Amino acid sequence: MPTAAELKARIESAIAGSEAEVESADDVHFTARVVSGSFAGLSRLEQHRMVYDVFDGELGGAIHALSLKTESP
Amino acid sequence: MSETQNPIRDAIAEAIRENEIILFMKGTPEQPMCGFSARTAGAMQALDVPFAAVDILPDPRIRQELSALSGWPTIPQLFVRGELIGGADIVAEMFESGELAAALGAEPAAAAEAPADQPADDGSLLGIENRLR
Repeated sequence: MPTAAELKARIESAIAGSEAEVESADDVHFTARVVSGSFAGLSRLEQHRMVYDVFDGELGGAIHALSLKTESP
Repeated sequence: MSETQNPIRDAIAEAIRENEIILFMKGTPEQPMCGFSARTAGAMQALDVPFAAVDILPDPRIRQELSALSGWPTIPQLFVRGELIGGADIVAEMFESGELAAALGAEPAAAAEAPADQPADDGSLLGIENRLR
């Protein structure tokens, strides 16, 4: 079972210069706020896609839902 | 309309092409089966724009093929004029900022452009609940 701390670590290691805050009440539904310079110039769709790509194949499975907010600093 | 040997993917691509605004969701706008789908359909209804909705739950292949086609892993997915706008979070952000109304052409001036003709045969495979009125 993934934990919020684990998701945070995976996002921060996969996306350059990112800081993530991840919360979960049940280790199945997660809410994440990710700030990264890598998002500069990208659309919101592309920013979310970068985060989703970190969890390729796990969304809808072990990670039932990942609610996202992305920002460029 | 058989571009590939994959009738479900073809039907999805066709539905996206032929419906100016189309939402793939769990359940229906009247009876959403997931909080994220409920929120997204709710935003659309609040803007009072006609949209087509597809319930992806009846056949797991719909979700599989939709995600393969769009490169987007989660449900719901909103498409406007053939382009993926986003999922629940993006639609919610855009709704709050007013961008969604602009993207959907919710201004009175754009309402007249809503297509009147409906494809007759794409309802069978996907069970499109077409909300164009």
